[in-house]
Amino acid sequence: MAVEMKSQQLHPGRRKLLKCMMAGSAGVLWSVVGGVPTPFSLAGEAFAATGDFTFMQISDTHIGFKAAANPDPAGTLKDALAKVGTVKPSLLLHTGDVSHLTKPEEFEMAAQIMKLAGLETHYVPGEHDTINDNGKSFFERFGHDKRTEGGWYSFDQGGVHFVGLVNVVNLRPGGLGYLGPDQLAWLTADLKGKTASTPIVVFAHMPLWTVSAAWGWGTDDAAPAIEQLKRFGSATVLNGHIHQVIQKVEGNVKLQTAYSTAFPQAAPDTPGAGPGPLKVAAEQLKSVLGVRRVDVVRDKGVTLTDATLAA
Amino acid sequence: MSALRRTASLAATVALPLLLGAGAGSWLGWHSVAAAPAAVDVVIDNFAFGPATLTVPRGSTVTWTNKDDDPHTVVSDGADPKLFKSGALDTDDHFTFTFNDAGTFKYFCTIHPRMQGTVIVQ
Repeated sequence: MAVEMKSQQLHPGRRKLLKCMMAGSAGVLWSVVGGVPTPFSLAGEAFAATGDFTFMQISDTHIGFKAAANPDPAGTLKDALAKVGTVKPSLLLHTGDVSHLTKPEEFEMAAQIMKLAGLETHYVPGEHDTINDNGKSFFERFGHDKRTEGGWYSFDQGGVHFVGLVNVVNLRPGGLGYLGPDQLAWLTADLKGKTASTPIVVFAHMPLWTVSAAWGWGTDDAAPAIEQLKRFGSATVLNGHIHQVIQKVEGNVKLQTAYSTAFPQAAPDTPGAGPGPLKVAAEQLKSVLGVRRVDVVRDKGVTLTDATLAA
Repeated sequence: MSALRRTASLAATVALPLLLGAGAGSWLGWHSVAAAPAAVDVVIDNFAFGPATLTVPRGSTVTWTNKDDDPHTVVSDGADPKLFKSGALDTDDHFTFTFNDAGTFKYFCTIHPRMQGTVIVQ
C-alpha cells in the first residue's frame, strides 16, 4: 500500500487521489517537486501551482447584483477567493465589473471582501464600474496602479511585463469596447523597449477580439493593440465580460476570456438568448463560476488553467 | 414584460389619432393647433429599446423602463452637455424626459452602446 501510494503521489490523477484519500487518514498529501517533497492540501491539489511564477485572475464579481441568477454574489466571491487561497499565487488580477452599478456601497463591500485574499491585486474596470462617471469613483477606490490620465498602466513582476488596459469608457453609440488613440499610442511606447523574449500579459475587461458583435462582445480598435503583441514569443491576453471561457489564438498571442464569480451568461449568439445574466439551477451555479490560474515557466511560456468553484 | 410591451404599443397607437385629429381640425378650417402632447413608454428588454424609433408630438413625455436583469442607461448622442442622461437603471427602474423641441433625437445605452434608439419630435 505504501509503495502504491507513493506512485500515486508522483502522478496524482484525481480518481486515484480520491481512492488514496479514502484509504488513508492523512489530511495532507505530499507532492514531489524537483525531488523535494512538499505538502499540499487535498482541496487544492488538482489546482496547485506548477510554474516558476504563478498568478491568478478573477473577473466579473458584480457586487450589488441581486437578481435570480445569483442572489449572493458576495458569497460566491468569497468562495472564489478561498479557491485562490489554495494556490497561494504571487498576485491577483481582477478584470473588471467589480461592482454591478458603480455604487459607493458596492465598491466598499467589494474592497472589504477582496481584502480577505490578502494578495497584491491589480484591477481594470468593467463597464459596470464606470457608469456615468467614466471610472472616476472606480479609480479612486481601485486605481492604486493608475499611472495615466485614462487609468491604463503597466508593471513588471516575476519576469513578466503586465499591461492593464481600459476599454470600457467613452464608448460610442453603436460601438463595442474602445481603447482610443491615446491608449494605443501609450501601448506602443510602453512595449517599445521590451525584448521579444519577455512574456507579456495584457489584461482588460472586454474581449480584445470580436466574440459577438451583435451582443457587444468585443473591442472596436483591438486589432492595432494585438498587432503590437505579435513580435513577442509569448503574449497572453486575459479578458472578462462574457462570463465564460472562450479562447482565441493568433500566432504567439493567446487571448482568453474568464469565468465570472457571480453568474453565467449564454454562449455567444445563442438563438433566443441575450447577453444578460443566465439563470441556472441553484445547485449548478458553482459549476459555471470560476477562477483562473496562470503559470509562467521560464523559456517555455504561459499556461492557463480555469477551474470552476464546484471543482 | 409582454404586458408592458402592450402598454408601449398602445401608447404609440394613442398618439396617432391625436395627430389625425389635429389634421382634421385644420382641414375643417379651425385654427391650426399642434397635436396634444402624449405620454409614451419605451420598454428596455433583452438589450433593446422597444420601440427603437418613436414619433411623438412636441411636449410629449417619454418614459423608459428597464425590464432586464442588467442595468442600462438612456443617454442622448452628441457632445456634452447631453440633452438627456439617465443614471444607471436597474431592473424596473424608470427614466422620464419631456421633449419640448421638435427634431430627431438619437440616444443609446452607454453601458451597452450597441443599444440605440431614436425619438422623432414633431
